[in-house]
Amino acid sequence: MSVKTLTIDGKMVTGIAGETIFNVAWNSGVRIPRLCHVGGVSDVGACRLCLVEIEGQKKLMASCMTNVEEGMVVRTNTERLQSHRRLILELLFAERNHICAVCVMNGQCELQDMAEELGMDHVRMRYLFPKLEVDTSHERFGLDHNRCILCTRCVRVCDEVEGAHTWDLKGRGVNSLIIADLGEPWGQSDTCTSCGKCVQVCPTGALFSKGRTVGEMRKDRRFLKYIVTAREKHQWIR
Amino acid sequence: MTIEELSDIQEQEQARQQKLANRIYCCTAAGCVSCGADRVRQSLHAEVKKAGLQEQVEVCGSGCMGLCSQGPLVRSAADDALYGHVSPEEAAALVSGNPVDRQLLAGKRIDTTAPFFALQHKIVLANSGVMDPEILNDYIAVGGYQALAHAVTELSPPEVIEEIKQSGLRGRGGAGYPTGLKWELVAKQSSQIKYVVCNADEGDPGAFMDRSVLEGDPHRVLEGMALAGYAVGAQQGYIYVRGEYGLAIQRLQTAIKQAERADLLGNRVLGTGFQFRVDLRIGAGAFVCGEETALIASIEGKRGQPRQRPPYPPESGLWERPTLINNVETFANIPPIIAKGGEWFASIGTAGSKGTKVFALAGKIVNTGLIEAPMGASLRTIIFDIGGGIPDGGRFKAAQTGGPSGGCIPEQFLDVPVDYESLAKIGSIMGSGGLIVMDESSDMVDVARFFMEFCMDESCGKCIPCRVGTVQMHDILARMTRGEGTPADLDMLEQLCTLLRETSLCGLGQTAPNPVLSTLRFFRHEYDAKLAASRGGAQ
Amino acid sequence: MDSLIKKPRLATVWLGGCSGCHMSFLDLDERLIDLHQMAELCASPLTDYKDFPEVDVTLVEGAVANEEHLEHIRHIRKHTKLLISFGDCAVTGNVTALRNMFGVEEVLDRAYRETSTQVIGIPRGNHAVPKLLDRVRPVHEVVKVDYFLQGCPPSADKIYSFLMDLLAGRQPKVEERRFG
Ligand SMILES: Cc1cc2nc3c(=O)[nH]c(=O)nc-3n(C[C@H](O)[C@H](O)[C@H](O)COP(=O)(O)O)c2cc1C
Ligand code: SF4
Ligand code: SF4
Repeated sequence: MSVKTLTIDGKMVTGIAGETIFNVAWNSGVRIPRLCHVGGVSDVGACRLCLVEIEGQKKLMASCMTNVEEGMVVRTNTERLQSHRRLILELLFAERNHICAVCVMNGQCELQDMAEELGMDHVRMRYLFPKLEVDTSHERFGLDHNRCILCTRCVRVCDEVEGAHTWDLKGRGVNSLIIADLGEPWGQSDTCTSCGKCVQVCPTGALFSKGRTVGEMRKDRRFLKYIVTAREKHQWIR
Repeated sequence: MTIEELSDIQEQEQARQQKLANRIYCCTAAGCVSCGADRVRQSLHAEVKKAGLQEQVEVCGSGCMGLCSQGPLVRSAADDALYGHVSPEEAAALVSGNPVDRQLLAGKRIDTTAPFFALQHKIVLANSGVMDPEILNDYIAVGGYQALAHAVTELSPPEVIEEIKQSGLRGRGGAGYPTGLKWELVAKQSSQIKYVVCNADEGDPGAFMDRSVLEGDPHRVLEGMALAGYAVGAQQGYIYVRGEYGLAIQRLQTAIKQAERADLLGNRVLGTGFQFRVDLRIGAGAFVCGEETALIASIEGKRGQPRQRPPYPPESGLWERPTLINNVETFANIPPIIAKGGEWFASIGTAGSKGTKVFALAGKIVNTGLIEAPMGASLRTIIFDIGGGIPDGGRFKAAQTGGPSGGCIPEQFLDVPVDYESLAKIGSIMGSGGLIVMDESSDMVDVARFFMEFCMDESCGKCIPCRVGTVQMHDILARMTRGEGTPADLDMLEQLCTLLRETSLCGLGQTAPNPVLSTLRFFRHEYDAKLAASRGGAQ
Repeated sequence: MDSLIKKPRLATVWLGGCSGCHMSFLDLDERLIDLHQMAELCASPLTDYKDFPEVDVTLVEGAVANEEHLEHIRHIRKHTKLLISFGDCAVTGNVTALRNMFGVEEVLDRAYRETSTQVIGIPRGNHAVPKLLDRVRPVHEVVKVDYFLQGCPPSADKIYSFLMDLLAGRQPKVEERRFG
């Protein structure tokens, strides 16, 4: 295991070869913003909030997809990055119908957290107000497309951890939608095991447990760490 | 077939064609077919039969002869004459050797000494009009597969790569990456299994260069891929071709079957130990699947979405194996380079851009169609000399190159040489070869809106800046063209341009702002005029 | 003494919202007295004003949903130095904008036909009921807004610290600004 030493925001830190900048940064207390990343499943580099500047590289790199290298100089919070991140959040809020006030996740939502953390206080572009469905066909859970940010955490956890691959995407661009199986109502899915992992990792109120009203939904992500530790270290510990 | 047999067939076929009184080539490319070339061909066959000339006159197909606006095109080899707008009724006169009959066609004869032909330099399209793309022997007769034969018997793989490096060939798919370097990268990988992929997804609006090459000279592309396989150590090739290209798919299927049967592809290429198979993969027509990592995902049977690079495909591509991806036109350039040498190729073009480039001329231009010009020819030469200028006495306003990733070039740059560096300097790109000419009636804000609409529809949706940013930019541009834009809108438009460029995951999103940026750079007054005339919006 | 230093003039207005933001404002309770020390409240939904007065600061609750709102906010913008989007409906459209997923006709149909027991028809050309805009808009889409105060509603504490900063001439703190 070779150790890499690098600088993140002026701080000397060390990581192990093969570790991402994102993980090394978080382990050393630098909290790079993110929405599509969730520990325990693979990364896709889709939300672009974790982009960082690396000295000597023209392009901004997704820190969740870039491994640490010896001598790297990384900046995670420059003015340019902050402004890009705010604009990305504005795009997200404008894309679907995020009415925080009536959402089960109000107060617990990671999208809300990001807006607060990054100081995104209003959206300067037109809201798109698409007309989207709510799938409540599953007996225990619901999927509200209005609140989905297409982070694909649910797709990955279902495929990689549960092994069911119930979720996937259909459509393209802004018309992309999360679907169960081949577009069946969730409740009629043959592959869904009703384990609820997707609900727990969903950053917003898009996936929720039934019977919760505004602001009542709580999500537990520790289970993922528990399963991953068990897989990797063969230890069932919390 | 062995190498000796290949040469025998070449000689025999050449001799056979020499003996014919005439060979009539009827264009079978999609453009001419769509305006009735098939009926012309049928009637030519019928006339030959009627005149009892089956032994002396042969009617065959041909690849695109370029002047698509004058289709159906027919070329008569005996007198080297090209005819345009040919109707089935004129078949008899074409078949007849009688000079009086020919006189009837004088009005349809196209002057092949005109600048449209004289100023072109054909390498990629050299075989169009002189061979039938569906007949293997025709390709062999014009020297086909000789380059492959030469390489597998006389050159080592590094020597093949050296030749390509020397030629200075750069990728024709858009980015212009040096082909030799890419091959070397793949060759260097130690993996036992490697792949060669031909990118025939051609999704730019208005572009049909690759389609014409595939339809007109499919064996050439196969030969180029086999040479690549030999050079980099791959035994399997894939051609990823968009599903809309039915004719190209059919021709490729025919060509692959012919080549396999003749041992030009397969387990013992030309009787040697070199193995190379080619399979087709049909795309579903998503523009983004032309992006190499999305293309790989699509061949693997996954959703066609790009992924972050690095790792680049030469290191980890198809099924995580080293993979060489090149464009159709890039592969089509390979056999002549190996046959005539890299030095020959490097003698054509400019310092940084060698060889020729095929362009699809479209829009407000007299000669719409397919042309091939040496790198470094000026836009003026291409548009006004080869292209015949603007129709109906119109005035040139701008040329759009590079499709949705490119830019609009205004009049003051008409004399800039068309090569990778010069176009980049003036805010456009070479792209894959689409060239749309606009006259004064064009509204440049609407042009930007059109390309943004394309990007919005084609965004895969994986990353947020491109997925939603293109929609917002389109919304702003649409409002501006309707006269509802505000200064704040323009400001947001510019901010989004920067955002998409710097934060999008793949080339689609990163280059989507280019048409906006270039029209803002050269036609800002049109944006300003729209704002000044604007009625709605805030304040 | 007090009248020597002119107190900043404050107004609050209520557009397309549920009045929750104003309720939260009233939750300032005894701190309203502090506020009164700092500013003069010149207009509010409870004051009967014919013409909107000249003021320094205006808090706007609610989104711009109909023609009356539009006219009103444009007028206010001309008569206030600072305009503050007060609460999520003003900032984002929020619940008021939930109708934007449907067309105006669909919404009117639902309200006046499908769900009404007594069919009185859709009010049109009726001066008592202002015409709905095709789309509910956040305030800053219509006029320039200087500050954004999120929350549905913003808590009394948030309102208080924001106003105290602003009225004292300090840059209002942005901490704990959360939608919802
Ligand atoms: C959105 C997008 C679309 C693309 N479409 C094509 C295409 O249709 N054909 C093509 O050859 N290259 C296309 N490319 C470029 C390929 O990713 C790749 O660079 C190219 O196939 C490499 O071949 P070359 O080196 O021969 O140019 C596209 C790139 C992007 C970003
Ligand atoms: S449902 Fe939730 S987890 Fe799944 S893509 Fe949407 S926001 Fe992400
Ligand atoms: S830039 Fe556009 S096309 Fe490329 S990955 Fe992002 S969303 Fe998909």
